[in-house]
Amino acid sequence: MKSITYLLLTILPILASDAAFAEEGRRYVLNKDYRDECGSCHVPYPPQMLPARSWNVLMTGLDKHFGSDASLDPAKARQIGTYLASNAARSDRPDASRTAPRITETPGFRREHRDGHDGLTAALWRSPAVKTPANCGACHTQAAEGSYRENEIRIPRNP
Amino acid sequence: MNNLFLLILAAGLPLAPVASAETATDFQSRYQAEVRQSDPNFEGSPQRGRQFFQRVGVKDWSCSTCHTENPAAVGKHAVTAKPIDPLAPAANGQRFTRADKVEKWFKRNCNDVLGRSCSTQEKSDVLAYLIAVKP
Repeated sequence: MKSITYLLLTILPILASDAAFAEEGRRYVLNKDYRDECGSCHVPYPPQMLPARSWNVLMTGLDKHFGSDASLDPAKARQIGTYLASNAARSDRPDASRTAPRITETPGFRREHRDGHDGLTAALWRSPAVKTPANCGACHTQAAEGSYRENEIRIPRNP
Repeated sequence: MNNLFLLILAAGLPLAPVASAETATDFQSRYQAEVRQSDPNFEGSPQRGRQFFQRVGVKDWSCSTCHTENPAAVGKHAVTAKPIDPLAPAANGQRFTRADKVEKWFKRNCNDVLGRSCSTQEKSDVLAYLIAVKP
């Protein structure tokens, strides 16, 4: 019994972090302010794709956001930060000591986008049609709406 | 005492910031008027604005890196590759209609391109240029 409890305690947080990247994908409901503000430069990544600690690090360094100034007025930043943290993945991974936590470094993202899976190749990532893994919409056709369902994926041909 | 409080409150209302729709010309006129306080002959210049728009700043970026050399066209974010709606007001009626958005983007983008804030003169010039661009 004790060992089962131990097993569950070890596995559950891992399952929680991976839930956002479940094989069949899912559709997330996104807050309007978040979509408007963050979605103007990139796909509004679902809050469930990073743990709260990672969102907190991001939201306190918006003036140096992956090489761009993405600063917001403090009231709006607080409001969006609260939304992100309260809908975040329940696991504490990836390592929150990183200064720029990236969705692409989470175990779930890596597993679903491993080389060869669904025909993914290094050349495809670099192609003009994709350019960067931040460009979810290149393959996840409904990413702008927060939807990552398997049947919506269209990998660009001859990218 | 209560009445006095209400009176003070009511007197302050007209000073409260109001988010109202404006036009690119409103912003250009306001920036121009501000520069004229120290330089009475100043006039926002589309030619200077165009040069400014295409000038590469501190890290290989110019305004046109993302907005392209044709501000009436759809642009592309230099890092995320996300499409950017046209910036020229003639091509996109949503542009330069809200002060909070205008100042937010000048702050971010001037910092990204120049590593500093844009001067009011630069803003006036770039607005004069964008207003002159026709699709």
